[in-house]
Amino acid sequence: MSTLLSQEYGVENIVKSFGGAKALSGVSLSVKSGEVHCIAGENGSGKSTLIKIMSGVHAPDTGLIRLGDKSFSHLSPREAVREGVQVIFQDFSLLSNLTVAENIAIPTYISKNSRFFSKSETKKIAGNALDLIGVDLDINATVADISIASKQLIAIARATNLGVKMLFMDEPTTALTRKEIKHLFSVVEQLKLRGVAVVFVSHKIDEVQEICNTITILRNGEVVADGMMADFKRDAISEAMTGLNISETHIAPPLKITHKKVIQVKNLITKPTFSNISFSIAPGEILGITGLLGSGRTELAEAIFGQYPIDSGEIVVDDKPIKLNSSSAALRAGIGYVPPDRLTQGLFLEQSILRNLVAVGIDQYQSKGKFLSKKRLSEAGEKWIKDLRIKTKNPTNPVTSLSGGNQQRVVLAKWLAMNPKLMILNGPTVGVDIGSKREILEFIRDRAEEGMGFLVVSDDIPELVQICHRVLVIKNGQISKEFDELELDEEVLYGELS
Amino acid sequence: MDFKKLLLRNETALIVAIVLLSVIIGAKSPEFFTLANLFDILRSSFVQLLFALGVLVVIISGGIDVSFPVVGIFSGYSAVVLMKHFEWNPGNILLPIAIAIGIGIALGALNSIAIASFGIPTLIATLGTSGIFRGVMLTFIGSSFISDIPLALDKFATADLLKIQPLEGTLARLHVLIIPIVLITILVSLMLNRTMFGRSVYALGGGVEATRRLGISIKRTQAKVYMFVGGISGLAGILYVSLQRKANPYDLYGSELDIIAAVVLGGASIMGGYGTVFGTVLGVLLISLIKGNLILLGVSGSWQRAAIGALLLIGITVQAINESRKAKSRRVSTRDEVAQ
Repeated sequence: MSTLLSQEYGVENIVKSFGGAKALSGVSLSVKSGEVHCIAGENGSGKSTLIKIMSGVHAPDTGLIRLGDKSFSHLSPREAVREGVQVIFQDFSLLSNLTVAENIAIPTYISKNSRFFSKSETKKIAGNALDLIGVDLDINATVADISIASKQLIAIARATNLGVKMLFMDEPTTALTRKEIKHLFSVVEQLKLRGVAVVFVSHKIDEVQEICNTITILRNGEVVADGMMADFKRDAISEAMTGLNISETHIAPPLKITHKKVIQVKNLITKPTFSNISFSIAPGEILGITGLLGSGRTELAEAIFGQYPIDSGEIVVDDKPIKLNSSSAALRAGIGYVPPDRLTQGLFLEQSILRNLVAVGIDQYQSKGKFLSKKRLSEAGEKWIKDLRIKTKNPTNPVTSLSGGNQQRVVLAKWLAMNPKLMILNGPTVGVDIGSKREILEFIRDRAEEGMGFLVVSDDIPELVQICHRVLVIKNGQISKEFDELELDEEVLYGELS
Repeated sequence: MDFKKLLLRNETALIVAIVLLSVIIGAKSPEFFTLANLFDILRSSFVQLLFALGVLVVIISGGIDVSFPVVGIFSGYSAVVLMKHFEWNPGNILLPIAIAIGIGIALGALNSIAIASFGIPTLIATLGTSGIFRGVMLTFIGSSFISDIPLALDKFATADLLKIQPLEGTLARLHVLIIPIVLITILVSLMLNRTMFGRSVYALGGGVEATRRLGISIKRTQAKVYMFVGGISGLAGILYVSLQRKANPYDLYGSELDIIAAVVLGGASIMGGYGTVFGTVLGVLLISLIKGNLILLGVSGSWQRAAIGALLLIGITVQAINESRKAKSRRVSTRDEVAQ
């Protein structure tokens, strides 16, 4: 199977402004059919604006959209779909109450304008669509019951089923484990063979290097570099993205020798999620925990924060055994937790940045009469904004006005305001660009140097290698291996995981 | 579907509850297990079921409609007032039914405008229109009780499909409405499962943004949903008037508790996206059983309302517990699920 005629898809000299701000200033990009192209860039570089212009959500101010031998000054969403432009959004846009088959087949019914709906026809459409990309899934399952990796494959099957010629994938690997990413890449290879022009939008440089043939790097709405992937070194990509020279070396601070422990976990068991979990963390130590999705890593973190039941075992904080049956008990014991899904679990999105910063540990800001002191609140908020270098013009704006990296910092600040002895970070840099990631990791390092203990739960192996003193690998709810600082190595960790 | 899954289904729990309750009531009062009583329970369920089918569709779509009882009585009462004013006396009840459904759809369209065009939250929108509809009816259409309803409607109240006289006891009468009600129930089920409109309703309840990205029109789907509830409520309203053999504009108001409880007990998720016609039928039967027969156990009428309120809360609690249990098992079962 090969493409009969190589077609090109892309944009020429696109300019787009929102209000006064220029989101894109003269961007050109071209992707050939059967090619995987990477768009790399930090948050705010114009990546999502570009996707929205190609998929018909926004009209460009000037410039051309080229799809094969046709050109357009702008597209409507319907035209974009008709011309074969499909976008797989980060949230996949699937309906979790419907079956896999229905999620794949419904757009087909809609494009045919049909009034009636047949179960057997739906299964046939879905089965064919999955066969096309070489994926085998239970099409009768409800989407709520399947893994994130499978959801991604469903979204791909749905897009390809509609005769896709150009497929955008927005941060497709964010929530996937290594093994799932491998599978996703094999599906992308299939799409390549079928002559689809695939555009991969990602922060993760190692993955981009693995799968993409060509690359365009955006910064501040301009193309700063483009060309063949093979011509770019890892450091060159991150330098072009950020305009800074950022290295990814090991940055964990030297550990002071001490017998003190901020937390000791002894033989923690919750059937069937995890069992025989024992570890301890010293003051200033950064302990990493990694494992595949479903290995129990998130449940373990939640258990130590009192949000997941514990059947048996002991947790000792400051030489005192404590009972963790609620998050407020954990907070009293000096344990903080930043959840992986910062958008839904960690923030009051519609509330102001200031209010979010002071939401945890709100008791500190009480005046004598048990009322909150407005002055103290805003002083504390301003201090955090400065310390964390959160970029905002007005701290009373809602959190939604911030970029992903800045939102993550607000969550961090919220918890650090409590001055916990142990900070649990679950996926601290998920969906954050390189520059912000570096700053967040440095921030963790500085805090550790001051003596705060950290438990970092993550599937981002390079990040763990960079920041941790020790890493535990969890498999099927048990600690399968422990790596100390000298043993930490990306390849070895990947090997242990899969 | 395997046996274990079948056991865990909401419908199974409902059937068990209905059987248990029947056994308890039957043990206390033998007249419960007579054909006459069974037919009575069915008869008292007809109107409830029609309302419930309408509410089911709204709840699946992720919304709620609390104006349906008022829409029902508005349509039924207005149809009678209209017929009496113009002295229409048709031989059958098709004309009043058509009028009532028409009025119901029109009122539903007003709900649609409030919800789909102005984007008012569904509970607030229908609470508001419910007050407006009721006020308009009592002010402009009439506020008096009409006992001499048109002959066709009056006669229909006693149109029996079957009359069975057991050796002893009361005459058992099965109303002819059983046939159209069964047909409508099947049609609503087909509409939900075999039409794009039905699947769009489920999609909408599953998530607005994802539905929009599938290419389904949110506004059009919502508009159809509230017009559908209006129409079926209009039908329920005129049948209520006919079966009661009187038109009282103060009736039905307040019956939303029974109906919403029946639909939620039937397994429809108050958050939208889930619900079945079969579950709703069982929910309605359970509520009718409680309303009509708890009195045989010596439970007073005022306690029945409390019992139904409690059942509504139990139904919602069970949904929440199931949801969190499912979420927990999901988190440990997603490992290595992708086929290689």
